[in-house]
Amino acid sequence: MYRIKEKIYKGIFSFLAFASLIFLVGITTTLFLEGLPVFKEVGFFDFIFGKSWYPTYEPPEFGILPLILGSLWVTFGAVLFCVPIGVGSALFINELASKRVKAVLKPIIEILAGIPSIVYGFFGMVIVAPFIQRLLGLPVGLTAFTGSLMLGIMATPTVCSISEDALSFVPRSFREASLAVGANRWQTLTKVIFPAAASGISTSIILGMSRAVGETMTVLMVTGGAAVIPHTFFQPVRPMTSTIAAEMGEAVMGGTHYNSLFAIGLILFLITLVFNVIAELISRRFRKKLGLGR
Amino acid sequence: MSNKTKIKVQNVNFYYGKSCALKNISMDIFENQVTAIIGPSGCGKSTYIRMFNRMNDLIPRTRFEGNIHLDGEDIYKPRVDIVDIRRRVGMVFQKPNPFPKSIYDNISYGLKVNGMKDKGAIEERVVQSLKDAAIWEEVKDRLHDSALGLSGGQQQRLCIARCLAVKPEVILFDEPAASLDPISTKKIEELIEELRKEYTIVIVTHNMQQAARISQYTVFLYLGKLIEYEPTDELFTVPKNKMTEDYLTGKFG
Amino acid sequence: MKKQLSQNMGFGFLFLCIGTALFFLGSIIYFIAIRGFRILSWDFITQVPREAMTAGGVAPAIVGTLYLTMGAIIVALPLGVACAIYLTEYSPKSFVVNIIRMSINNLAGVPSVVFGLFGLAIFVKLFGFGVSILAGCCTLGILVLPQIISASQEALLAVPQSYREASLALGATHWQTIRSTVLPAALPGILTGVILSIGRVAGETAPILFTAATFYTRGYPSSIFSEVMALPYHIYALMTEGTHPQEQTQIAYGCALILLALVLAISAAAIIIRQRHRKSYEQ
Repeated sequence: MYRIKEKIYKGIFSFLAFASLIFLVGITTTLFLEGLPVFKEVGFFDFIFGKSWYPTYEPPEFGILPLILGSLWVTFGAVLFCVPIGVGSALFINELASKRVKAVLKPIIEILAGIPSIVYGFFGMVIVAPFIQRLLGLPVGLTAFTGSLMLGIMATPTVCSISEDALSFVPRSFREASLAVGANRWQTLTKVIFPAAASGISTSIILGMSRAVGETMTVLMVTGGAAVIPHTFFQPVRPMTSTIAAEMGEAVMGGTHYNSLFAIGLILFLITLVFNVIAELISRRFRKKLGLGR
Repeated sequence: MSNKTKIKVQNVNFYYGKSCALKNISMDIFENQVTAIIGPSGCGKSTYIRMFNRMNDLIPRTRFEGNIHLDGEDIYKPRVDIVDIRRRVGMVFQKPNPFPKSIYDNISYGLKVNGMKDKGAIEERVVQSLKDAAIWEEVKDRLHDSALGLSGGQQQRLCIARCLAVKPEVILFDEPAASLDPISTKKIEELIEELRKEYTIVIVTHNMQQAARISQYTVFLYLGKLIEYEPTDELFTVPKNKMTEDYLTGKFG
Repeated sequence: MKKQLSQNMGFGFLFLCIGTALFFLGSIIYFIAIRGFRILSWDFITQVPREAMTAGGVAPAIVGTLYLTMGAIIVALPLGVACAIYLTEYSPKSFVVNIIRMSINNLAGVPSVVFGLFGLAIFVKLFGFGVSILAGCCTLGILVLPQIISASQEALLAVPQSYREASLALGATHWQTIRSTVLPAALPGILTGVILSIGRVAGETAPILFTAATFYTRGYPSSIFSEVMALPYHIYALMTEGTHPQEQTQIAYGCALILLALVLAISAAAIIIRQRHRKSYEQ
């Protein structure tokens, strides 16, 4: 009697599990189905390395190099900002903060990681961009630099949170051993604790980058949206994500423009996939190294 | 001594992946006796005792060969009712593992999952089990407090009470005192002595003195092989096997 | 001596880092709170927009966000928790399960705009839901699905194996063990994951851009097939569309404050639950 019941429950769970996996597989499939036609129509190299993106001109041009460079530019700038500050904050929380301060700071940082991207975009647009424009005497404040700055601020809590987790996994005996041979706290931190947590910290950096590449609303609102190959940090750019967000509304369903936006989505998907796989591999090695089984 | 066979083990082999953890073991376990399993760590004691209630089924990539009969019924035949086997063969684990529930709910859990609905009957059984496990006096005023608030020794006796509540026929003890202090250990040993009257008991222990104190039969395992199986008095006084003697005299282990 | 100096400089730098981080994050909250409060009023929360988005309230956007968030959780919660239960409790620990687990982790990192594309192609187009609450809820649901699966899996894996063994050894069936022992013990962890994802869903904009959101509706949505206003999208629209930038920016501040308060309160709740739960485990 109970055996039938057990079978039914197992059946229900496997069905629901299967259904959710179908959806998740569906994402990949959809991107390929809707994106691949572009590679045929425009050509793989012309699409990826084409220097001009004029999807609505006559004749249209579908070269996404400016968009890819826009994304990389903005992400690179964000990393320059969020890595030192995020990792430094994590070291501060782990090493210098008293137990009490730590108990307050950690959850605060974590809560801040949840601020919606639209809020960063809005703040960047109304406060930061005009400020930068005045400060640097630029024609417009909506530039790659503004985008980098906002993305950097946005990714900082993520980087900090994950780095701090990695640091807190370092066994106390490491620290004690170092202090016992006469190293001071700074030497212990830089020569023992940081290297022991380094691979865990690098995971946080990669995840931060992955978040920055995929971020949409912030860059859509603050980078100015010019689809040209960027030469300096202080000019408007148009990253891949904001291209999709801005143009999907006007693209004709099933047309080349529509498909090319899916192809951009596909490329984004692959880029973040690579980032995540690298992060996963590193963190797996990290756990093994510190003997944290899973 | 009664010599009715409760569990019959025949030619049992057990594998973790490709490595063989137990090699060709055969023996009879007698009713209303305490049978102790001794041997150095890693000799397969825990693996062995977990065969009797098919706990090893939970470990992936393991393989079983041979036969184990409980009252003449093969518990490893296909389509056997594992849930029923586990109800008949209770188990107390090495580390006390009460559920994160109240003391009362810990004991009534086994009754509820076995379909008992009458609240009065459940309560009666809970009280009786706690008394049988010699913990009633210590917990009777806080039955609805969390079981995690008890000391280690109390938790272990609670786990014994939980096991008694479902009225098994056999109780398996996997090093029940390994993580306890001497006083708690003594209590558990006295309890096992008492329980023998109604149950068949198999106990794994690392502690030879403990085996000598509480068991009627002792089996010595070494590297997955059964080296010697005798009434406890004989095994400890006149071991037949050289290896048993070396182990008992502390030459290795 | 030099040793001491380098330590002081080093610690000074770390202090600077945390200071900078908190300064920037704090100033975002500060500016939005100060300017948002100026426009915030009971009417702002309860009234519909008037005079071409320059006056009145943003009630439909708040309601829309609540609908979308709730709908997404209704879609994702049963699927996600069931999937996690299946993967940790029912399926044998094998290579395939590892692959599945890794791909789910990866999907949690896929950009939200990509989920928007998926929602457009599948729910709006293929299933014919149109730009609607239903399509938005499904898209957002799929977006948080990997997150809910991961969090639930983590919570289930954290339940000590000894609980399962104890339950099975008492003659409980597999399902009884899951229902009465494993799930209650994992519940706080699952709850934390779910609440955190609610916070994420409430603030997401990109996935609803082409699946659910619209700048203006007359009053409230009438069915699951209507388009909706939503707070995050409304902020975007106020800043990029319309004809009265001055007034619209003020309203956007108000929306941002409401959204921020909503999201931060939700994630704070999740983190408090987790903290409490950790304490109870440590006892």
